[in-house]
Amino acid sequence: MTEIIFEKSRPGRRGVKLPEAGIECDLNKYLPEDILQDEKINLPELTELDVMRHFINLSGKNFSVDTVFYPLGSCTMKYNPKISEYTSSLDGFLNIHPDQDESTVQGALQLMYELQEYLKIITGLDAVSLQPAAGAHGELTGILIVKKYFEKKGEKRTKVIIPDSAHGTNPASAKMCGFDIVEIKSDSKGLVDIDELKKLLNDDVAALMMTNPNTLGLFEENIQEISKLMHEAGALLYYDGANLNAIMGITNPALMGFDIVHVNLHKTFSTPHGGGGPGAGPVAVTEKLASYLPVPVIVKNNDIYSLEYNLENTIGKVKAYYGNFGVLVRAYTYILMMGREGLKRASEDAVLNANYLKEKLKKYYDLPYDRLCMHEFVLSADKQKQKGINALGIAKRLMDFDIHPPTVYFPLIVHEAMMIEPTETESKETLDNFIEVMRQINTEIENDAELVQESPLKTPVTKVDETLAARQPDLRWK
Amino acid sequence: MYNFLPHTDQTRQEMLEDIGLKSVDDLFSNINKSIRSGLSNFNMPYGVSELEAKEKLSMLANNNLSLSNCISFLGGGTYYRYIPACVNTVMERSEFLTSYTPYQPEVSQGTLQVIYEYQSMICNLTGMDVANASVYDGATACAEGILMAARITRRSKALVASSINPDYKEVIKTYCHGGNIDIDYISVKDGKSDIENIKPEDYACILIQNPNYFGSVEDIFEISEICRKTGAKFIVCTDLVSITLIKKPASYGADVVVGDIQALGLPAAFGGPHGGFIACKTDYVRQIPGRITGMTKDHDGRTAFTLTLQTREQHIRRAKATSNICSNQALMALAATVYLSVMGPEGLKEAATVSSARAHYLAEKISKISGFTVMFNNFLYEFTLRIENCFSAEKLLNELKEQNILAGIPLGNKFPEYKNCILVCVTEMNSIAEIDKFAAALEKITSKCSLRG
Repeated sequence: MTEIIFEKSRPGRRGVKLPEAGIECDLNKYLPEDILQDEKINLPELTELDVMRHFINLSGKNFSVDTVFYPLGSCTMKYNPKISEYTSSLDGFLNIHPDQDESTVQGALQLMYELQEYLKIITGLDAVSLQPAAGAHGELTGILIVKKYFEKKGEKRTKVIIPDSAHGTNPASAKMCGFDIVEIKSDSKGLVDIDELKKLLNDDVAALMMTNPNTLGLFEENIQEISKLMHEAGALLYYDGANLNAIMGITNPALMGFDIVHVNLHKTFSTPHGGGGPGAGPVAVTEKLASYLPVPVIVKNNDIYSLEYNLENTIGKVKAYYGNFGVLVRAYTYILMMGREGLKRASEDAVLNANYLKEKLKKYYDLPYDRLCMHEFVLSADKQKQKGINALGIAKRLMDFDIHPPTVYFPLIVHEAMMIEPTETESKETLDNFIEVMRQINTEIENDAELVQESPLKTPVTKVDETLAARQPDLRWK
Repeated sequence: MYNFLPHTDQTRQEMLEDIGLKSVDDLFSNINKSIRSGLSNFNMPYGVSELEAKEKLSMLANNNLSLSNCISFLGGGTYYRYIPACVNTVMERSEFLTSYTPYQPEVSQGTLQVIYEYQSMICNLTGMDVANASVYDGATACAEGILMAARITRRSKALVASSINPDYKEVIKTYCHGGNIDIDYISVKDGKSDIENIKPEDYACILIQNPNYFGSVEDIFEISEICRKTGAKFIVCTDLVSITLIKKPASYGADVVVGDIQALGLPAAFGGPHGGFIACKTDYVRQIPGRITGMTKDHDGRTAFTLTLQTREQHIRRAKATSNICSNQALMALAATVYLSVMGPEGLKEAATVSSARAHYLAEKISKISGFTVMFNNFLYEFTLRIENCFSAEKLLNELKEQNILAGIPLGNKFPEYKNCILVCVTEMNSIAEIDKFAAALEKITSKCSLRG
């Protein structure tokens, strides 16, 4: 029986009590009476035990990486090391104020400086800002840099080209910077169509936003030619780092010719996703764009670390203070432990695991782009749909086997898409079990589609009515 | 072997051969050789053990002065408040920590119900009808609020109080530049927005912070009235702890309420992760950015939760979305929900009243010391202090730092009119003994000046 926390409230019950003030204060002396609060705030009244039972029982209704296989495509749900939780909770990181004098936060600044340096090596680029709080926030930052760059150059470029396979955040981010979006179709190989790109390029184009490997999990093999075309047209090339986990130590965005990159620390560098954040989306740029980064950046002079606000062309700030620092500590810890060989091997194993699953699963499900994939791949449930079960139905059935479903219905260019990203931290046994479950579900669809239709059956709730939720929005407890 | 990677070399080889490949290199054959970096060019340091990592991180952490090892009066948008132990216990739950955005409701009821309860609490605190599941922080909440108002009113100019957090002002400027929205500012007079100075134009919104950055309560009824008359939406940025002392923004006519939830159970953490909230009237729900959770039924008629009204969002609407936001600050919203649950209405009020009583106690003490002026007394728990003796603000802060007291945030750089002023914040973490020590230190400084004088 689901009870909302407000229903458990009993008047007069208390959780935590604070010390007495030790002195009296009458705010009437200082503030007009009509502004003073005269009502009790409606918050639940509970004991600490009530609170703990409530939330711990709720936690049990979630799937998570620590409990189940979570191959949610494009989200890189790899294992999150517990040491990172420990390090990010150290008193000297947790309890420092962003307005403290720089001399009292040298450790924090050193960590940020070194993380900037590591991200420069990993991306191959020249300067880094750690300020953006998430991937989409990094995109916004990157495209604001594009905008400012052309403003400074005195060029009026109004368009950003985005592949039809791109994440929804790409067009949304470019739009927030005032650009018009031009969609470019993928070719029959699932890659950016070069001939189409040539037709679209002109003086109006400010940038092309690409994910490489793209959202189909395919490496954009023509990236060097694309980069050449973009730069010849005077435009910039933006790298969405959502899929960086596939290429660490193998290639990098700079070698591919990108000018601006955002990195998702919560994906590639294994910080926990927290049920939807916090993330961190640092942005790296080439030398010529370094002065456009948000301020401050962290600099080092004579072994003293400091916040540098003086960047000539800065786009300004995108977030209060310096970034999601706690996430930066976790990513730094991970990078430190993995090191050069570990990071490269992580990418290799991520790609190996994806290809292994792809080769095994294509026997049962359509594989629209039957080629070598990178860290993820996209299956289609078209064949199963004809038997009455679509991608969503398969997703729901997987839950009954204690497996989190893949990303479904994305990318938009594949019918009944199931986007699978196993990550490198999953063992062969886990992958083999997944293959076996997917085989079994396909058999069920052929023999007993009704059973699959009714799934999930073992979850805390059965199929949730999302239409009702949208038609009669109930967005708060009354 | 490598940290966190399960495959032995032998397993890798078996898996490769199983799918018809010879070597790991074959996995990357579609990447042109000319753009391969290879390990020799991958100039990262070598990996270390967990023990070594822990030592390095502890060393770095020890190079910071923790708020728990000094007397701090720093606030200004990030507050050092008491966090009940159970907040962290819940946050550390793997099932919350290592899950992602609850796209699949059947296996995410935990996170979804938490968001629903969080939304309910934010609504109760602000008096608004709808709240989203969080945005990055208070600064981006302000910026998104302005973009929202611009869409609602179809106007492209915003009026923003100069008395808001200067970082928030910078972020608003950046976002508005992106969205081609012009900004005018309300000047500051006596630590408040100068209402006389507001020219009634066709603004999309008027945004103020209450209590403002200087800690003062704004003339909210008057500003609200100007909004009504000009059709501008009234956006109020607030610290939710203050709501137990002063009226909810809804009661003085706010259309959109925004702010940061850090004060509700989150550590300062050098400025992040914190979390932003946006709440609004029902009329504007289609324009609110970010995730929203709704209550619904499952197939068997039981109460269930799901993300809803997703046609506002980037993964459905792409360029036509209300915002690009995807990952938000869900874990921070969880912390705030647990905090508010265990504090309850009385506990939250205690946090505010203890802070406020002690802040006024400190202010009155300092008022009696020559060489210092408390600029405005219409504050709750933060106030502006002018240094009028032989010390500059910078020198004073340095002197006190040596005594392990972080006295406040210097205001002169960001607010030339408050040159030689500092912003002093008092919370329940500051004992009367600490406050007395601070006042005594100030007294000593003044006497140093007169000796020299």
